[in-house]
Amino acid sequence: MAALLDTAIDRASLFEFLLRMGDNALVLGHRVSEWCGHAPVLEEDIALANTALDLIGQTQLWLGLAGEVEGQGRSADNLAYLRDAHEFRNLLLVELPNGDFGRTLMRQFLFDAWHLPMLKALAASSDPRVAEIAAKAVKEVAYHVERSADLVIRLGDGTEESHARMQAALDELWPYTGEMFLSDAADEAVAAAGIAPAPASLREGWRDTVAAVLAEATLKEPAGAYAHKGGRSGRHTEHLGYILAEMQFLQRAYPGSTW
Amino acid sequence: MDAPTLPSVDEVWRWLDAVPDPEIPVISVVELGIVREVAYDGDTLVVAVTPTYSGCPATAMIDLDIEAALRGHGVEKLRLERRLSPPWTTDWIGPDAREKLRAYGIAPPVDGTAADGRLALRAARLSGGNAAVLCPRCGSPDTQKVSQFGSTPCKASYRCTECLEPFDYFKCI
Ligand SMILES: [Zn+2]
Repeated sequence: MAALLDTAIDRASLFEFLLRMGDNALVLGHRVSEWCGHAPVLEEDIALANTALDLIGQTQLWLGLAGEVEGQGRSADNLAYLRDAHEFRNLLLVELPNGDFGRTLMRQFLFDAWHLPMLKALAASSDPRVAEIAAKAVKEVAYHVERSADLVIRLGDGTEESHARMQAALDELWPYTGEMFLSDAADEAVAAAGIAPAPASLREGWRDTVAAVLAEATLKEPAGAYAHKGGRSGRHTEHLGYILAEMQFLQRAYPGSTW
Repeated sequence: MDAPTLPSVDEVWRWLDAVPDPEIPVISVVELGIVREVAYDGDTLVVAVTPTYSGCPATAMIDLDIEAALRGHGVEKLRLERRLSPPWTTDWIGPDAREKLRAYGIAPPVDGTAADGRLALRAARLSGGNAAVLCPRCGSPDTQKVSQFGSTPCKASYRCTECLEPFDYFKCI
């Protein structure tokens, strides 16, 4: 490990990987936090806020380590507030607008079903700094997936209205799930070093989890393997820019301000 | 001039055991299990603290409270360290602290019920939560989970179907 990271190219791959983990958590955390004060019932409002809080907490850990690995003195806050959209490495899935409550939950479930096995694998990472963050986050995300799966089933196997909305959400989000399993040179480098699993290795488990929940939810898995992609390499939908405009405003308008 | 005598590690642990958790003031930060180590690095006192949940907003407040308490006891050279590993678990909350939680109206964690993401357990939870969570007010096992998340990240919302009171459950992690 130590010897491996002596080369700048591998440090760059690890930095890239850590940005992907951190940016997924940051952007989804921000999206979910938009529900604060707007959820259909108080309990769900609190649950969404707590999920967002977990994700933002995990963001601080991942981006904090990313800054450390990069070695240019950038903190987690610098990375969150001072990068432009093309420097973000999150999946397109997590930056999509919330839509209705059902669509927010469907997106959460499709992400959680990937996030949990990813963190379980990372808890056995050859890099102890990655392993300890994953071991912390995995306990929180185990609760996320249980909740999002519960709600996908309740709403899918619910009323005619809720069923139709969940199916529409699934159809719309499905083409954004393939990006989770794509890899590039950075993924291959961190996988070869035993730092992270190869993205494709998570696909089968994800499909099993998703298929079981969709079946119980009486929802139909969309056909077609088309995958929107680009987020992991900085090519985003227009939606990310709006998120960043809101999230980064204070630091852009008043550089260096602190609480 | 003689250097002032540094307080013993045991004494520091006793001081910390008097620092209440800011959100659940009936138990101390030591009873919550988040103080992981007290040691000296030369003449600097080092206190290692672990977060309960990674996004717990009380973390900064807890650090501040710990620092204020130790400064109040005359500690001059102090360093607080964040320790992530091993990750915090409700197993570290001892029997006395659990009783204090119950008396305060929060059902203590039921060991062995942490989420592991396995969906097979879903049905059991959906059909009324975990029967082993006893109502902290009347002791009835007839309780229902209202929501997996409560007033803080570490708690879930429950209600008692016997005395009808809502209550917080300190969920297992
Ligand atoms: Zn009761």
